[in-house]
This record gives sequence, C-alpha cells and structure tokens, in this order.
Amino acid sequence: MKIIRLIAMLTFAIIVMASVVGCAPKQTAGPVTIRVLSMEQAGPTVDEMNAIVGEFNAANPDIMVEIEYVSYDALHDKITTAMASTPPAYDVFLADDIWYAEFSKAGYVMDATDRITQDMRDKIFASAWDITTVDGKVYGMPWLLDEKYFFYNEKLLTEAGFSAPPKTWEELVEQSIAIKEKGIVEYPIVWSWGQYEAAICDWVILLYGNGGSLMDANGAPAFNNEAGVKTLNWMIQSIDDGITNPASISYVEEDVRNVFSQGKAVFAVNWNYMYDLVNFNADESQVTGQIKMALMPAFAGSGVESSSINGSMGFSVAATSPNQDAAWKYVEFLTSEDIQNRYSGHLLPIWQTSFQGENLTKLEGYTPANATTVPMFNAQFPFAHVRPKVPYYPEASKSLQLALQEALTKQKTPEQALNDAAAKWVDLAK
Amino acid sequence: MRRKFSLAQQDALIGFGLILPSLLIILGISLQPILSTLYLSVFESSRGINMERIFVGFGNYTALLSDSVFWVTIGRTLYFTLVSVGLELVLGLAIAQLIHSHPPGWQFLRTSLIIPWAVPTIVNGTMWRWIYNADYGALNGLLLQLGLIDKYIPWLTRPDMAMNLVILADIWHSVPFIALILQAALATLPTDLEEAAAVDGANALQRFLLIRLPLLRPAILVALVIRTVEAFRVFDIIYVITNGGPAFGTVTISYLTYLETFSFGNVGRGSALSFLISIFTLIMAFIYIRVLYRPEESQ
Repeated sequence: MKIIRLIAMLTFAIIVMASVVGCAPKQTAGPVTIRVLSMEQAGPTVDEMNAIVGEFNAANPDIMVEIEYVSYDALHDKITTAMASTPPAYDVFLADDIWYAEFSKAGYVMDATDRITQDMRDKIFASAWDITTVDGKVYGMPWLLDEKYFFYNEKLLTEAGFSAPPKTWEELVEQSIAIKEKGIVEYPIVWSWGQYEAAICDWVILLYGNGGSLMDANGAPAFNNEAGVKTLNWMIQSIDDGITNPASISYVEEDVRNVFSQGKAVFAVNWNYMYDLVNFNADESQVTGQIKMALMPAFAGSGVESSSINGSMGFSVAATSPNQDAAWKYVEFLTSEDIQNRYSGHLLPIWQTSFQGENLTKLEGYTPANATTVPMFNAQFPFAHVRPKVPYYPEASKSLQLALQEALTKQKTPEQALNDAAAKWVDLAK
Repeated sequence: MRRKFSLAQQDALIGFGLILPSLLIILGISLQPILSTLYLSVFESSRGINMERIFVGFGNYTALLSDSVFWVTIGRTLYFTLVSVGLELVLGLAIAQLIHSHPPGWQFLRTSLIIPWAVPTIVNGTMWRWIYNADYGALNGLLLQLGLIDKYIPWLTRPDMAMNLVILADIWHSVPFIALILQAALATLPTDLEEAAAVDGANALQRFLLIRLPLLRPAILVALVIRTVEAFRVFDIIYVITNGGPAFGTVTISYLTYLETFSFGNVGRGSALSFLISIFTLIMAFIYIRVLYRPEESQ
C-alpha cells in the first residue's frame, strides 16, 4: 500500500512541476511587443514620453511599444543586467554617450550604420552622430543633445545690487560674498557633487574652464596637474567660504533643482530641462518668472571664454533583440524631426534643420521655455566638452568621483587624490 | 509474496520520495547559482556577448585578499553590523520587556511596531534620504524648531556621519523584528522560576539577568543570526541613501560586489567577492551557534 501511495505522491509532484513549467509564455499572434527602457530624470517628462509612445502605437497597429523608466544612475546597470538574457529584457534602451564604447565592445548594441540614410546624416548635427558612433560604426540614434547651463535668479541678483550675471568664477565669488553679506541666501550656489556621474560633469565644466582636460591626445589621464589641483582647491575653498552649498557633496541634479526652485540659491548649474520646470512650473517652483540663463563662466586668466559638459544620449536597439526592425522603427519615430520639434520643452532637437531659417522661429515658439533655451543652446554648445569614450569608463569615472570626494571631504589632498585616480586610469587602460 | 524492502526501508524510501521535489527545487535555486558563481570566480572575464574568459585559478581571490580596499570595506561592514545589530538587540529587548509588562495600550504598541518593519527597505531608504536632506529634510526642520541647532546641518557630507546615519535608518527599520521575536519568547517563559527567586529574595535585576535572559537565549540566538547575516550583506538602504558616498564612506562589502559586478562588469572579481561574503557569513553564524546554542535547552 505504501509503495502505491509513494507512486501516487510522486506522480502528483511531477504533474504539479510540469504544469508550472508549462506556464512559460507562448508566442501569440497579434502586434509585436517592443519593450523600451528609458529614464526619468533630466530630459522629457514621463508624461511626454508616454504621449510619444501613444502616438506611435496609434500609428502602428502591428507594433505595441511598452516603456519603462529608471533613474539615470540606475540605467547603466539595468541595461547590462538585462542584456545577460536571451532574448534580452528590452529591445530598445537609452544609452549615455560615455557607455557606447563599452556597449559596442560587449556586443550589446545593434550596428545601425546601414539604416542611416544620407538625408539623416546631412540634416542631423555632426556632434550628435558622435554620441552613437564608435570606430566609424553607428550604434543608435542620437536623441538627447544636452549640456549643462548656468542658471541665475535675476530677482535675487538684482536685490544684491548686480545688473548682470558673472562672466568668470572669480566674479561669481565676488557677487556671492555680497549676496551673503546682504543676507539674501545663505549659500549662493548649489552644485551636484555627490558620488555620482553628476560630479564628473560639474568637474569637467570647472576643469576645462581652467584650461585643463581629462585626457590627453594619447588617451593618458591629464587631470593630475596644476589645472586639476587649482580647480579642486577652488571647489574646496568655495565650500569653506560658504559660497557653495555644503550639501552639494551629497547632491545630484534633482537636489539642485529642488534647492534652486525654493529660492535658496542664486546660482545653479544643471541641464536644459531645469529651465522650464523652475521658471514656468508653479506646481514645482516658488521662483517662477525669476530665472535666467547665461553663458557658463570660466576662470579669469585661463584664456577660456566659457566651458560646459556635453551630456548627450542616444537610443539603441539591442543586438540580440528578435524584433530589430520593429524596434528600429520606434527609435526612428522617437527621434524624428516632427516629434523632436513638438516635444522640445525639455530637450532640443538633434536636427540642425530645426535651427535654420523659419524653422528656428517655429522652434522658439513651441514652448515658453524654448524662447530662452534655443538661443542658449546655440551660444553654449560650441563650448561643450565630451568625456572620454573608453570601454572601461564606468570604473574610471567611479575612481575620479572617489578622488573628488576624498578631496572635498578632506580625506586626501587634491594632489594625492588626483594622482591616485590618474594611476587607476593608467591601470585600467592596460 | 516476499517483500522486497523491509518496513524501515520502505519508510526511508517514502520519506526520501516526499522530500525529493522540494530538494530538487532547493538545489535548483540555491546550489546551482552557488556553483556557477564559484565557476565564474576562477576566470578573469569581462561582461558581454560571447566574451572570452581567461582561467586564472584563485587569482581573483589572492588579488582581493591583498587589496587594501577589500579589507577597509570589510572593516566598514563589520562596523555597520556590530553597531546596528548591537543597538537593535538592546532596543529590541527593552521594547519587548515594555510590551511584556502590559502597560496601558500595549496591544496598540505591539501592532504599530510592525509598521517600520513592514515598510520595504527601498521605501525606507528613500524616506530617510529625504529626512536627512540638508535643505528641506525633516531632521533639520525638527532640530531647528526645537532650538537644538541654529542653522541647517549638511548631514550626508562626512563619511563617518553618513555611515552612522545609515545605521540609524537601519535600526529604525529592524528593531521591531527583534522586539517581536523576543516579545513572543517572553510570553512563553514559565513564571514559576522567577516567582521562586523573588520569594528567595532576588531583586528585579538579578531575576532578569540570571533567570530571564538565559531562558531567552535561544530566541536571542535566532534574532542575532538572522540580523547579523542581513546586516553584513546590507546593500539597498545604502544604495538609496548615499550611493556609497561620500568618498566611499558607506561602501560595504555587498556594495563593492555590486560595483565590481554590475557597474564595472568585472564578473570574475565580483563572483569571488560574493563567495568571500558567503564564507564570512558562515563563519559568523558558526561562532554564534558555538557560543549561544545549548542543545539541552531546546527540547
């Protein structure tokens, strides 16, 4: 009897397990589903991105796009984890320009060189193609052509007795001292110097604005020198003097926006998206109508007029996606001139044709913010610097973030911290 | 008909047959990943489709064990574990005692105690990140209104301070767990021993230290083992509150593993790190059991 019971039990167990295994998804007829990974941070809002997906799905009944969002700082690791499975968890993903060397080497991104028409090549900014191009091959469509801008609160600056924003960082310090003396705000400027990529972006602005650079022409680190040390010392001094908000050491871009939106800072450095949200969105800002943008200052005597960071991103199709054609169709739609013009409130088009002739007037009128951000883009972009395109970028960046933070928290001298990071970069390049 | 198996053998067979399905599942979801992690850890491999792997034997392990970053991180993780679990145990015991003495409203207290524990760690981390925000956080607001500070303090900008604040957030989340385990254990303790001791003239402190605490030892062991292992592997609360900053001041061993494996793509090194974490946790569990476990007590 017991044997019979045992056999019955085992049979039951096998049936249960088999039914669980049988739950694997089946291929069904109907529209092809394209899964997209994007980010919720600097750039278009989730509402805008969802609206674009809605337009695409309505126009393409045979394709169904599903989109997900993560924060910028989770994006890289989410992509690399998703690519470990076949087929990958996402058919399309947003990638930062600093990751394309790594992703193309790892074989994650589809080579789209043959899908780019001559017309697209001619009409899109050459600097935009640089984002998604590695060794002459195009691995995706450029999308977010962004750089950091200098923002100031005109009302507070006028209260302090100044009629124009600073042109140099030295002038910013002078104005800040006056702002503090008049008790207008406690800390005149807020930065994103937290242990994130954001710190590298702000550091590039200051370093290049001091005549320095991250890498030399041979790919060797070039920041552990006089320009690097002087720049880092200026940052430390600005915290010690109460000019920089000391919490900047733990902040990312959204913290900068929150502090600036409360009128707690007169100056801020952030991406394009902040202008509309701070100056026009009364739900999220207490300083609407008071904000202006100006050319990013540089250091006096450096011979540099202005410098900023190129923070551009592109959309790519996963190399292992089973639905590459449908996925590419969505990427082309998302980056098309029409969509980019109509949704230009928080990112500007990659299409140089949008900035020409009558189109420019139209572009400046699409949203209230565009009247300011479009001319600012044209003025600032020639001064935007790119970060190195190397396959080991995430590790190199983290070591430099550590160096900056060690100096800012006074664990190491700027010289020591930068030398250590440079040694790590040399090691990684081997 | 002759029986093929004796009765005892039949029992053993049925027993084995019954646990076989769960055994297969456990092997599939725990042993397989452990073995493949071990396999990956002896290669130097970067991440990618069809990337080549170079066999390095124990190279990843020797490189880690001779790396000062590894040992500094282990030290930091031990600090986190000792301080957070230590304080959690003291506070948890105090709260369990309080509930056990049935003050007015103790049932409400016991129920509301679950709330911090029920909040997901990521949500808990986000909440504390806001509380600690230097410019619009509740902590600065509270301290300023109480007159304890005269200007806002940038909390998360010093490595040591950031570490202690992360520990505070972890304590808030985990004390209820220990309190509930100990409170449940207290409720089952026999009262006659303490009553007898009281008759013999033992004071409250003596009764607590010499009778109640030893009787609670099995429950304390369970709480300590679970919490120590959890605390040693802490990741999510740090990822959310500080991202390992400032200046790597809150990078624990699990966070380092995450960076190596998922951010940097050094799969071999990351696997070796995970394996070392497992060994460290096993050692800690072993020590606890040797020190605290008395088989004769758990009948």
